Amino acid sequence: MTAGAQSAVTIAAEVRSGSRSASSVVDEHLARIEGAEPSVHAFNEVTADAARAAAAEVDRRVAAGDDVGPLAGVPIALKDNLCTLGVPTTCSSRILEGWVPPYDATVVSRLAAAGAISVGKTNLDEFAMGSSTENSAFGPTRNPRDTSRVPGGSSGGSAAAVAAGFAPISLGSDTGGSIRQPAAFCGVVGVKPTYGLVSRYGLIAFASSLDQIGPFATTVHDAAQLLEVIAGHDPYDATSIPEPAPSIVEHLDDGVQGLRVGIVTELMGDGISPAVTARVREAADALAAAGATVEEVSVPAVTYGLSAYYLIAPAEASSNLARYDGVRYGLRVDAATTNEMMVASRTAGFGDEVKRRIMLGTYALSAGYYDAFYGKAQKVRTLICRDFEAAYERFDVLLSPTAPTTAFEVGAIHDPLTMYLNDICTIPTNLAGHPAMSVPFGTDEGLPVGVQVLAPSLGEVPMFRVAAALEAAAPASSTAEVTS
Amino acid sequence: MSRISRDDVVHVARLARLELADDQIDTFTGQLDAILDHAADVEALDLADVPPTSHPYPLVNVLRADEVGPTLSNEAALAAAPRAEDGRFRVPTILGEAP
Repeated sequence: MTAGAQSAVTIAAEVRSGSRSASSVVDEHLARIEGAEPSVHAFNEVTADAARAAAAEVDRRVAAGDDVGPLAGVPIALKDNLCTLGVPTTCSSRILEGWVPPYDATVVSRLAAAGAISVGKTNLDEFAMGSSTENSAFGPTRNPRDTSRVPGGSSGGSAAAVAAGFAPISLGSDTGGSIRQPAAFCGVVGVKPTYGLVSRYGLIAFASSLDQIGPFATTVHDAAQLLEVIAGHDPYDATSIPEPAPSIVEHLDDGVQGLRVGIVTELMGDGISPAVTARVREAADALAAAGATVEEVSVPAVTYGLSAYYLIAPAEASSNLARYDGVRYGLRVDAATTNEMMVASRTAGFGDEVKRRIMLGTYALSAGYYDAFYGKAQKVRTLICRDFEAAYERFDVLLSPTAPTTAFEVGAIHDPLTMYLNDICTIPTNLAGHPAMSVPFGTDEGLPVGVQVLAPSLGEVPMFRVAAALEAAAPASSTAEVTS
Repeated sequence: MSRISRDDVVHVARLARLELADDQIDTFTGQLDAILDHAADVEALDLADVPPTSHPYPLVNVLRADEVGPTLSNEAALAAAPRAEDGRFRVPTILGEAP
């Protein structure tokens, strides 16, 4: 945690009791943003005035004796693919530059109802397509732990904002690892909840069968509290699970005695840095010492996750991004006919990575190739679900690295396929719709390493119990103070 | 053997309403070929009897009561339009274009 920074639950308790004003909390975080944002570039827009006004309103309500909510006065940063009423939402794309949504995403409304205060919209890889936040039309975000390095992506701005102390919590979205990998790179906690647990109404779609919104935080407790606020059924999202969300915070201290933990063999070898696997084994030892049973388990089909993902996600993206046609919102480049206008607008508005994925997806879905690519990928998805199912008959949670390496240098990776390999450990979870989270556990050459905890659908409680145990056992360096 | 040709890339770009410069076509062809080549590792799998999964959570027939709820006003819906006229989105010529 950044020097002098407090956790979200501490801030909320103090604001609710009246011992600290939300205004002073917000001012402190805005000052930190002003100091370090030029070297980090976590934000596309800082909403300082709106944050101060919201803080004054929280203080007024506390003074009036109202229950302001579990995140009273807590600053939060929002990934810039979450719709915010009256505040520009760009997806870090020229095609949506300056677009002002006419409504709030459900998660944004729930945060406001819980007393949280948005301080701004964070940078991302354009349309959440990337693993480094270098694909932003508005320039890269830097890793606060070492500003020569990337923060990961695509939710790199949200991860960096929390690591730099700009806000104790933030929201990202995770389609193939876009919360967990940047959390690992920046040394913070990042959670991809069960598919359907958090409403996606107002999340700008990338790949609809994979996308999920989730928390970043400096502590496991803060992440659990934030997830409880945003989780739960929403009639505005037809994929939302129509059941009450699990209570998580009350189980954080339950310990791991008797829990069965499996280390995924296939994610501990080829392509993974030995220093990273060493941290995962140390994490497993710590869980064993805390009373869990730990064994290796084979989940063979996860090795095909990347292949299936890079057909399914682009296919869905090519369909979702067809809406950017210069007609109803976003960039329009004028031309003589509507078809020429659409071509000119999309050509000028999308960056190369987005174009690459739209074309890959269009190809995978096109006549003559559908069965060979998209159809086959959907079958591989079934195999991955089955292999996880078999593993979860014997284990409560699984353990793996979050990312194959620590944060790499800005500009180091040019080849798209090499960049995609960043997500080999995180993608299988999205294909299965399961929850998973990254917890900081030690370092390699001073850079944070994330350990991934995976669980079956709606297995958030055992997942968080294991995360809490890892946090308690993690070396002090895991959450070292930011030096930038 | 390459898995995607230059002509395929030109065709796909046209379907996706994207215009590519000549050098971009070459770059994208190489990159997409490498990605498809990596994805070809699934060819080793026997998938004949495996059903496809299109969605990770088994929800079917999500229904609601057929009642009018709040919607955006015409003004709000048009507020972000690049061009609007008489309460509608305005676009360039459509009729008379080749399909």
